[in-house]
Amino acid sequence: MATPLNLKELSKKEELFTPGHRLCAGCGAPIVAKMVVMAAEHPLVMTNATGCLEVSTCISENTAWKMPWIHSAFENAGATIGGIEAMYRSLKKQGKIKEDIKFIAWGGDGGTYDIGLQALSGVMERGQDVLYVCYDNGAYMNTGIQRSSATPLGADTTTCPAGSVVQGKPQGRKDLAKIIAAHQGTYVAQASPSNWQDLMKKVRKALDHKGPSFMNIIAPCNRGWRTQLNDAILMSRLAVDTCYWPLFEIQDNITTITYKPKEKKPLVDFLKPQGRFKHLFAPGNEAILKQAQDDVDAYWERLLKEEACFAK
Amino acid sequence: MGKKIGITGNEAIANAMRIANPDVCGAFPITPATEIMQRFCTFVSNGEVKTETVLAESEHSAMSACIGASAAGGRVATATAAQGLALMWEMLFIASGLRLPIVMGVANRALSAPLNIHGDHSDGMGARDCGWIHLYCEDAQEGYDNMLQAFRIGEHKDLRLPVMVGIDGFITSHSIQTAEYLDDDVARKFVGEYQQTLPALLDIKNPVSMGALILTDYYHEYRKAHEQVMMRVFKVVEDIGKEFEKISGRPYGLFESYRLEDAEVAIVVMSSAAGTTKEVVDEYRAKGIKAGLLKPRLYRPFPYTQIAEALKHVKAIAVLDRADCWGGSYGPLFTDITGALYGLDKKPVLINKIYGLGGRDYMPDQAEYTFNELIDLAKGGKVKAVKEYIGVRE
Repeated sequence: MATPLNLKELSKKEELFTPGHRLCAGCGAPIVAKMVVMAAEHPLVMTNATGCLEVSTCISENTAWKMPWIHSAFENAGATIGGIEAMYRSLKKQGKIKEDIKFIAWGGDGGTYDIGLQALSGVMERGQDVLYVCYDNGAYMNTGIQRSSATPLGADTTTCPAGSVVQGKPQGRKDLAKIIAAHQGTYVAQASPSNWQDLMKKVRKALDHKGPSFMNIIAPCNRGWRTQLNDAILMSRLAVDTCYWPLFEIQDNITTITYKPKEKKPLVDFLKPQGRFKHLFAPGNEAILKQAQDDVDAYWERLLKEEACFAK
Repeated sequence: MGKKIGITGNEAIANAMRIANPDVCGAFPITPATEIMQRFCTFVSNGEVKTETVLAESEHSAMSACIGASAAGGRVATATAAQGLALMWEMLFIASGLRLPIVMGVANRALSAPLNIHGDHSDGMGARDCGWIHLYCEDAQEGYDNMLQAFRIGEHKDLRLPVMVGIDGFITSHSIQTAEYLDDDVARKFVGEYQQTLPALLDIKNPVSMGALILTDYYHEYRKAHEQVMMRVFKVVEDIGKEFEKISGRPYGLFESYRLEDAEVAIVVMSSAAGTTKEVVDEYRAKGIKAGLLKPRLYRPFPYTQIAEALKHVKAIAVLDRADCWGGSYGPLFTDITGALYGLDKKPVLINKIYGLGGRDYMPDQAEYTFNELIDLAKGGKVKAVKEYIGVRE
């Protein structure tokens, strides 16, 4: 029987993603990684795209992973996990493996939205039985906070810095969850560590799903976002409560919103504590703030309509 | 006994893969190697092999899937050419660095631009320093034989290294040649079952982390270890070659020497051009000229010492390269041969000919032209140009 999703029972589980890794103090990624690993009820085999989580968790003879884990390159976590899963199917078919094993690929937003998008699309299209988790911190944080296609509108990054002419990133985010949901037979979910039960339920659903799954999980980065070290969970909660980061899932083209804030907070509640948006609050940048709010509102309204469309 | 048949080089490679029966193949189509995977996928669809395929969306992903599969623990094979090999380039280093014995058939082809789908060695030469074992084949027969041996070599417990087996694009990959397959049972017994020597990813009771970040503390030592394991390749290749000869009657060493023992002039050339050159060697021998040939088979690691020993008595040598390193340098095979001969007290005269790029035919008259120049050099003639493009349209 699966471990109940309550803290008392979960705290008894062995930690397979262990402390002692070298991620920054206050980083959201290891919180997300721990929740995902803890939710699983089967043995796991993992692959990790190059990025913060990878470089900080397996260094020389030290590893934080008490489970089989491999890193090969940046743009290929989808393909690597596909190869591992194919070998599992082959050996299982031949009777050389008895256990039921689940497969998880990890990538940051750079490794997932950008350079790894093709390999991710490939493994989803082939219908392979894997879960791909993107921990989305909204920029190339590992190389020093460069813009990615997950970086939000107006954010100050090192490759689109806020200057006297350019006010941070001129474009909004790519809607990756919907792109992956366009692949037949997928289970797609967006989650946040602030809503940990929702996150862990989705991990279990994804791992139980026969076929490819994709989870996009917000993972605040205090270095890139320029927030307080102890604010990772608070920031992920504000992202959810402002509907900047809606929690939903899409299966068989049916959208379900899994959490609706009682009171939708204004987007500035999420933007204001972050140093990367500081320039947007200077006089003259009101239009960018309005655009950002309009984008969030439009996306949320569309999600509600999509959900209503398929309501039973 | 085996049976004589007419086959293309691609068929030969695919058939050897059928014998090896890989657990996983990750692949992506590219001319002129496409036919290898097409034929192999027919074996899959007809249940003649147990293989699970990962028909990826690019060569980069195909090699990445091969890496994941091999690390998971099982036999893995693939095939590619040209742009595909170039796109895999990043992953080639990772396959060898992780010591994964992936076997790959390569139908050697020119690199763009200009776009050209025909045979030359630009692709393989671009990948020569990726830490893989490279075997080059003269014809379809060698394609079959080398591909069978490649699984034994790469998966050998002393090596655990990836191997690429090159046949000349179109010239060998697509032309029908006479060859002899071993009886399937004999061939299967030779290749044997895949043996996992260390815990793999699917061994969940012995979890391993692979592909660590290793910086200035130990990276240098890892690279030295790779160099050391590469030096063990020669013996393994020779031992397996001898074992293969026992079942096939066809000898395989590090390279082939053809009428070289007493040669005064010799051509060093790889792959299909060696066949044409052998005809010309015979023609010159018939005229009383001591001509010979050396055909490298194992190109990486390069058997410098053994090749120097085989060539040291020759007065004048031409190295023929089907690829070039531009910018005043010489062809890649030429620099390897000069490196091999540098330590000799009495060095042969050496010249370099660049031939056959983008599938330009290599004809007997090019070998004759080269031998005529060598004969002059052997008599003390002066070198006019160390490097020259031959077979060029005027």
